[in-house]
Amino acid sequence: MTTTVARPDRRTQPPVRPVKGGAKDRWVRRAPLLPALIFAIVVTQVPFLVTLYLSTQGWNALRPGQRKFVGLDNYASVLTDSRLRAALANTVLLTAGAVIFSLILGLALAVLLDRKFIGRSVVRTMLITPFLVMPIAAALLWKHAIYNPTYGLINGLFGGSTDWVSSYPKAAVIATLVWQWTPFMMLILLAGLQSQSEEVLEAAKVDGANAWQIFRRMTLPHLRMYLELGALLGSIYLVNTFDAVFTITQGGPGTATTNLPYEIYLTMFRKFEYGEASAAGVIVVLLTLIVATFALRVISGLFKMEDSR
Amino acid sequence: MIRRSLWGVVAWIAGIVFVFPVIWMVLTAFKQENAAATNPPTWFFTPTLDQFALVFDRNMTPFLLNSLMASLFSTLIVVLLATPAAYALSLRPVAKWSDSLFFFISTKMMPAVAAFLPVYLLVKHLGMLDNVWTMVILYTSMNLPLAVWMMRSFLLEVPREVLEAGEVDGASLITSIRKIILPIVSPGLAATALICFIFSWNEFFLALNLTATNASTAPIFLVGFISSEGAFLARLCAAATIVSLPVLIAGWVAQNKLVRGLSMGAVK
Repeated sequence: MTTTVARPDRRTQPPVRPVKGGAKDRWVRRAPLLPALIFAIVVTQVPFLVTLYLSTQGWNALRPGQRKFVGLDNYASVLTDSRLRAALANTVLLTAGAVIFSLILGLALAVLLDRKFIGRSVVRTMLITPFLVMPIAAALLWKHAIYNPTYGLINGLFGGSTDWVSSYPKAAVIATLVWQWTPFMMLILLAGLQSQSEEVLEAAKVDGANAWQIFRRMTLPHLRMYLELGALLGSIYLVNTFDAVFTITQGGPGTATTNLPYEIYLTMFRKFEYGEASAAGVIVVLLTLIVATFALRVISGLFKMEDSR
Repeated sequence: MIRRSLWGVVAWIAGIVFVFPVIWMVLTAFKQENAAATNPPTWFFTPTLDQFALVFDRNMTPFLLNSLMASLFSTLIVVLLATPAAYALSLRPVAKWSDSLFFFISTKMMPAVAAFLPVYLLVKHLGMLDNVWTMVILYTSMNLPLAVWMMRSFLLEVPREVLEAGEVDGASLITSIRKIILPIVSPGLAATALICFIFSWNEFFLALNLTATNASTAPIFLVGFISSEGAFLARLCAAATIVSLPVLIAGWVAQNKLVRGLSMGAVK
């Protein structure tokens, strides 16, 4: 599928101009690339082609021998299935919620860390730590040690007896994801902040711009590329969220937090509807393709910026 | 000056808030069960290693060894595949180098669930379910694009002039790799390997669906805690601390290179 992603900018200059040479020279150049390329094609593209094929089959693994070609029926049933539409809406909500909140928090923390203060590297180490905790361990920690109504930390510290996961399932999942992904956003934005030219900032200060004006008029436009990159990379990773949903809510209550990966997982391993699961998978790929095209444009833009510096 | 230290205090508070759940996890791991699940929270207690002992009694070691094997071998293969590929996309580029580069990254953008069923069926057909080597192959493909992009961004830092001067002096490819390229990119190589290791170690979806009793990795050990009843919080925290520890250490050590790896080399 993925080869169809348009190369965003055909004018991108190669780091080193490829030399025109004979066929032998071209193969010598290609040789180091081939093992990795072939491996990636075999392990990622071939399965996807098979998924495409399976998505046209009426096939429930519990009824072997009744596999047959059904054309686009699976797509029809998947697209009209209310569960899947709910899963789609939940995916968008969970992904967008986690990305937006972690971006905002990450920006605030990056601005704080961009200043000099005592123990800055210690604070940075503390801030990246949530990202390093194994995702399923983090999900379990939040579910049991933080959200639990009787002995969880929130109720333990602030009183009350709210059952956070049952009362606010989406927020509970999003908060866990935000905790884990804010460090990621912070690191990208901090790199952006530190790539600002200090002379220009000094000049603005000399010209009498105040801190807010400098941030609003100079830093934010400079950070735009980095904000986009963080948002898009974050979306690509978070659209696949499975651990947190599987652990904290099991998609519930009802289908309140069932996202597409979890729904496909259920279709595959609980209902054994292989045909429908494949069709749903293809739809997810198409959606990701849209996001991915934007992502590639941003990434190649960033490379151009680095080159021109 | 006062304003500056004020912002420092705010940053410290933010840092402590963010790291607090992790500190709480580690503290709880050293409690007895009756001190772990209390309201209000227990702050002072006599530390004990009982929970760690208990977790290892429940046979956690094979899970850790499987994770170690799957992560180490896949990282090794990834580096062996990605470094030459990155070389052919940077220092001695093939004609359509940017097409290949974007092909690699686009495979990373495909959600794992989308192509999972055929992989599952094939693995089952080959009798490779519950086999560590299956995980090695899949983790290799999961990390390959990341490693290619990352290694390429490090290889581009090798100064062309030095490389060309070496060629003029008649240095063979092997010599220039050994004497010029490797010394410059080896920190990058280490960072790439570390990030691939982190992603393999933490991977959950594939491990959950492709392993059972023999090849289960560390995250799978935690699945039993999802709907636990009774007193288990301290034990859970001990297990979570153990499985997170390798990545915590690796990440702290490599934190300067983390952002570059996670952004696939786009941000330096």
